[in-house]
Amino acid sequence: MNPYTLVIEAGHTEREYWKDLWRYRELFFFLAWRDILVRYKQTAIGVAWSVLRPLLTMLVFSVVFGKWAKLPAYGVPYPLLVLSATLPWQLFTNAMQEGSNSLVLNANMITKIYFPRLIAPASTVVVSLVDFMISLVILAFFMVEYRVAPSPRLAALPLFVVLVIAVSLASAFWLSALTVKYRDFRIIVPFILQFGLYVSPVAFSSRIVPDKWRLLYSVNPMVGIIEGFRWAILSRSVQVYWPSVFISIVVIATLLATGIRYFRRTERMFADII
Amino acid sequence: MPETVIRVDALSKCYTIRHERKAHYATLRDTLMESASRLGRRVLAASRRSTSTESDLTCETLWALRDVSFEVRSAERLGIIGRNGAGKSTLLRILSRITEPTTGKISIRGRVASLLEVGTGFHPELTGRENIYLNGAVLGMGKAEIKRKFDEIVAFSEVERFLDTPLKRYSSGMSVRLAFAVAAHLDPEILVVDEVLAVGDVAFQKKCLGKMHDTARSGRTVVFVSHDMGAINTLCERAMLLHAGSIMEMGSTRDVVARYLEGANKLYSPIHGTVEGNDEFRLISVIATQSGKLVQNIDCRQPFTVELDYEIVRPIRNSRLFVMFRNAKGEVIFGTSDFDDPAPQALNRKAGRSLSSFTIPGKLLKAGPLYGTVGMDVRNERVVFAAADVLQVDLFDPESDSQSERHQRGGTIAPLLAWNTTYPGVPASQPLRGCNEIASECTMDATRK
Repeated sequence: MNPYTLVIEAGHTEREYWKDLWRYRELFFFLAWRDILVRYKQTAIGVAWSVLRPLLTMLVFSVVFGKWAKLPAYGVPYPLLVLSATLPWQLFTNAMQEGSNSLVLNANMITKIYFPRLIAPASTVVVSLVDFMISLVILAFFMVEYRVAPSPRLAALPLFVVLVIAVSLASAFWLSALTVKYRDFRIIVPFILQFGLYVSPVAFSSRIVPDKWRLLYSVNPMVGIIEGFRWAILSRSVQVYWPSVFISIVVIATLLATGIRYFRRTERMFADII
Repeated sequence: MPETVIRVDALSKCYTIRHERKAHYATLRDTLMESASRLGRRVLAASRRSTSTESDLTCETLWALRDVSFEVRSAERLGIIGRNGAGKSTLLRILSRITEPTTGKISIRGRVASLLEVGTGFHPELTGRENIYLNGAVLGMGKAEIKRKFDEIVAFSEVERFLDTPLKRYSSGMSVRLAFAVAAHLDPEILVVDEVLAVGDVAFQKKCLGKMHDTARSGRTVVFVSHDMGAINTLCERAMLLHAGSIMEMGSTRDVVARYLEGANKLYSPIHGTVEGNDEFRLISVIATQSGKLVQNIDCRQPFTVELDYEIVRPIRNSRLFVMFRNAKGEVIFGTSDFDDPAPQALNRKAGRSLSSFTIPGKLLKAGPLYGTVGMDVRNERVVFAAADVLQVDLFDPESDSQSERHQRGGTIAPLLAWNTTYPGVPASQPLRGCNEIASECTMDATRK
């Protein structure tokens, strides 16, 4: 007979929770698998959409900001500048968008079965990773096209990937918990993301930001990440402003820790108020 | 001595009901500022430990469970019954870790699987096959386990042909069968089930019940909530009656179910004097008597009388006082009205108190609980009054001989009729073998044509 004894008590779910995250890992993958399947079954264009989106973004931004506005690219083909930023940005956007809705959309499961609720927003990040992989392939293609060879700095790319996953998780945790209680966030999040697209250096290089504002500008964690991506992927002429990367790391770590804490605290009420 | 697998200690659960308070502010600025500060306070409050931190005056607490304590032993089947709102589902949700208790503690030994709903996690865009995996995972089965049981599940659900079509193309019966098939193959040590016992058509329902029986008999611990007393009686050996969040009774299923049914009918016996009605009609009491005595348990072989004590508040014309009888399954057995055999006074009811009664013949009705709904309506117009299930009596058969076997047969009534048979070699015109008269008007033709 299994000697495993479970104790359910108000406010004492901590001990079991982290073990449960491991125990429920299969459910985590099933939820991600379900979301991926559903995504591609519903659209007529299917997988093509994952290719079209980064391509179109790259095209529009290159023309508008590169050609017409003539923003400087500092020795890099403008399309590549945009594409290398689109990669982390889209991962972040998808994860934040889907993640913030993950609890509310799975409300029927949350009120009927037990699983560590952290799994719900976390699995949406996995789904966004799939798009990320596809975009990497597109990037590789265009690097060949523009004859830009990858430098040894590419080895640092995984670090930045980890960073963007971390910030995605952090925002998914914060927003999913907040959305359960305040449905306003369903409207606020798309707005923040739209706003963020122009504030973050996706369509331009962050070097155009005046020096005295650079530090403050770096509080936006995506700044450090995007510049890091560009530095790792593109040619030697790209420089990165290290303080901004450092600030990003600190901001992300704080967001993640507080996000998990807030989520865990409010989790016990999810089934009651969702 | 089998060990305790679930121990519940002083469990309580409180919900706060917040009433939206509408305040009127002088300016938009005030409104915005008040909202902003409230939002700020609430965001911070949400991260504090307690669930009710509102200092709002219009906050009500609802104790769904109050100080509940009990134990469940290994391989025991416990039924939980009670009225709506008694706290049964809340208890199951806490046991399933979906919601946290406010105070108290539960200790569980063994793997728990909860079946609070069939088809949780089903997604209409995915195929049946994919949904089996998803639903299984959601219920706690590992991928390997689902793979192993896959064929059994498909066979049980009878949707083999449509396994690779999206669920949105399924009929509701099919999806419910598929959902139940997955749930039925759960293999936990402790199973917690909330009223989702039998779904689909009659044939499938039988399969479901059968599977439940197997699960129950194979040594698993089952905690089962239901409103179906029949199912509780069959599956569970012990039962618990919850009322308004506390345990009212706990013991053998028989006793607890009896207590529950008895409690449901305390409303209209004259002793308790509850009166129900409106400004036209008031029902003071409705009782059943047999051999002149007020009874709850009625010998179904003897006639019994139903007496209605009521008051006409306002004169009504062309009204019919009726009583409809139903059985425990909810099937209507018959209805009777004073309009069927009207007296001239009934056509023009005057205000005042009245007593009506009618006698139901013996040897007609089936043994078992009988529920009477009393009502008054105006023919082809409107219902003046209706009170459902105000009369509840239990019909029993005092003799268990070959004649009482008819209670098990199909049908809503079980009349004891006289059969006249001519045997070969016996003259045709035999006198009747005893017409067990059903009523004074014996509608059966006594002589053979």
